[in-house]
Amino acid sequence: MQTFLQVLINGTGKGAIFALLALGFVIIFKATEVVNFAHGSLALAGGYVVAVLKPMVGWWSAAAAGITAAAVLALVIERLLLARARNASDTSLAILTIGVDVLVLTEVVRRLGTEASPFLGDPYDVKPLTLGDVTVGRSEVVALAVSVVLITAFFAAFRFSPWGVAMRAQSENREAAALMGIRSSRVTASAWAVGGALAGIAVLFLATQDFSGGGLSQATHGVALAAFPAAIIGGLTSPGGAVLGGFVVGLTEAMTAQYVDLDFAKVAVYLVMLLVLVVRPSGLFGRVVQARV
Amino acid sequence: MLSVRQVSVRYGRSVRALQDVTFEVPDGQIVAVLGSNGAGKSTLLRAISGTLRLHRGALTGGQVVHDGTRIDRMDPAAIVRRGVVQVPEGRQIFTRMTVEENLRAGGLVTPAKRRAAARDRVFALFPQLAERAKQSGAVLSGGEQQMLAIGRALMCEPRVLLLDEPSLGLAPQLVSRIAGIITEINDGGTAVVLVEQNATMALRVAHRAVALEVGELRLSGTADELARSDDVQRLYLGGHAESEAEAAAAAEHRPRRPRLRVWSG
Repeated sequence: MQTFLQVLINGTGKGAIFALLALGFVIIFKATEVVNFAHGSLALAGGYVVAVLKPMVGWWSAAAAGITAAAVLALVIERLLLARARNASDTSLAILTIGVDVLVLTEVVRRLGTEASPFLGDPYDVKPLTLGDVTVGRSEVVALAVSVVLITAFFAAFRFSPWGVAMRAQSENREAAALMGIRSSRVTASAWAVGGALAGIAVLFLATQDFSGGGLSQATHGVALAAFPAAIIGGLTSPGGAVLGGFVVGLTEAMTAQYVDLDFAKVAVYLVMLLVLVVRPSGLFGRVVQARV
Repeated sequence: MLSVRQVSVRYGRSVRALQDVTFEVPDGQIVAVLGSNGAGKSTLLRAISGTLRLHRGALTGGQVVHDGTRIDRMDPAAIVRRGVVQVPEGRQIFTRMTVEENLRAGGLVTPAKRRAAARDRVFALFPQLAERAKQSGAVLSGGEQQMLAIGRALMCEPRVLLLDEPSLGLAPQLVSRIAGIITEINDGGTAVVLVEQNATMALRVAHRAVALEVGELRLSGTADELARSDDVQRLYLGGHAESEAEAAAAAEHRPRRPRLRVWSG
């Protein structure tokens, strides 16, 4: 029971980070209908800025700079590449993000070099917490708390703020939103910036001993890729589904690693995704598109 | 004053949708745009509201001028901010949002301190919307959705309101109600461009009218002139009758169409 609780808390903490990544991914998809395959690179680039600045300005300032850098990089990708390819299909734009991903990943990995991968979770990493009989990683607990705050703030903004109303209007009907004076370019740019910032926050937990057992490296990009199955499990059009999908991925990984096999954990996530898609092709909360033919 | 000057529009490379269309919408007037399916009526509104690009169309000639400023190169949001607001064909309300949220979306361009007053005006004009404020747009009837679409546009405090087929698919009683609402909106000082296939309703409420045919302007004048024109009578009002009595008499003598067997038993 003790082990189960420990795995449950660790899995929930990991799920919270996948939820942040998947949420960013879905926000971008909802605003632009573009599948952003460069999401893992946004996280990696933000993490790189943290790693470089940390020795100079300390963790807190470096973390703020890293989150900002990931948001700015996302904004630059949207403004310089996607916004200029207005007549391109969504599929072409998705392929364009694959190209961006390869470029950013290669450059960051080249800059990181072959030295030891830097860990990014200084205030919480490798500082276990004992809750009664259960000992858990502090990173997972902090990750869960941060995610709950951010996800709550996001949903409040999505529901009540002018930005959220504009975002929902545009994601439902781009033409009608434009006819209400909603500036499509601003909504799109802000969605990319928010998605990038969430990736920048997630990497602060991904590149920790507690979370992945490794520092910032090419492998971090691979871990961040779990946001894709998370978003697909929840439904690409549903922010709530993305959050749920994140937790499903985190818990599946943690439970499989503990009770089945460590190497099977990653595969299990994709098996769950396939099962969900067989039963619900649009994901758990995805919108089913009906067309009259 | 809104001026459409020799506007030509194409979709893609080959489809010519409008050719040299010119007309004016004086401040505070209702201008009806008549025409059959495919005449270019909706395209004309898209050219004014700047949404042609969303339909892969482009202005290939001419200008759209509002109060002395060219607006045909502006994006749709900038045009709305100038007070030229379109209610699109098919209503296009946000069905995953409540009535209240739809109105909020419409009021995003209105200064915050004026939004409550704008919403109150919409609710005064459409009391049903106030009753259904918390309900999803998807559950509204066709008439209520049309009211919401118009109400949402009114939240932008338009100076020129572009209405695309507001009577489409509505029962005759509701069409009369919509006509009354258009007049009421116009009485408040808002100019209206009313695109309609229901020429009877359009010419009843409009001050001026134009008729499009295959992308070209065929007729223009006051609504009364067009209502009396033989061409409009023949093409849009269903005959040459000078009065309702004549129309009724003509209907009496019109040969009956053969009925399908399955219905005649």
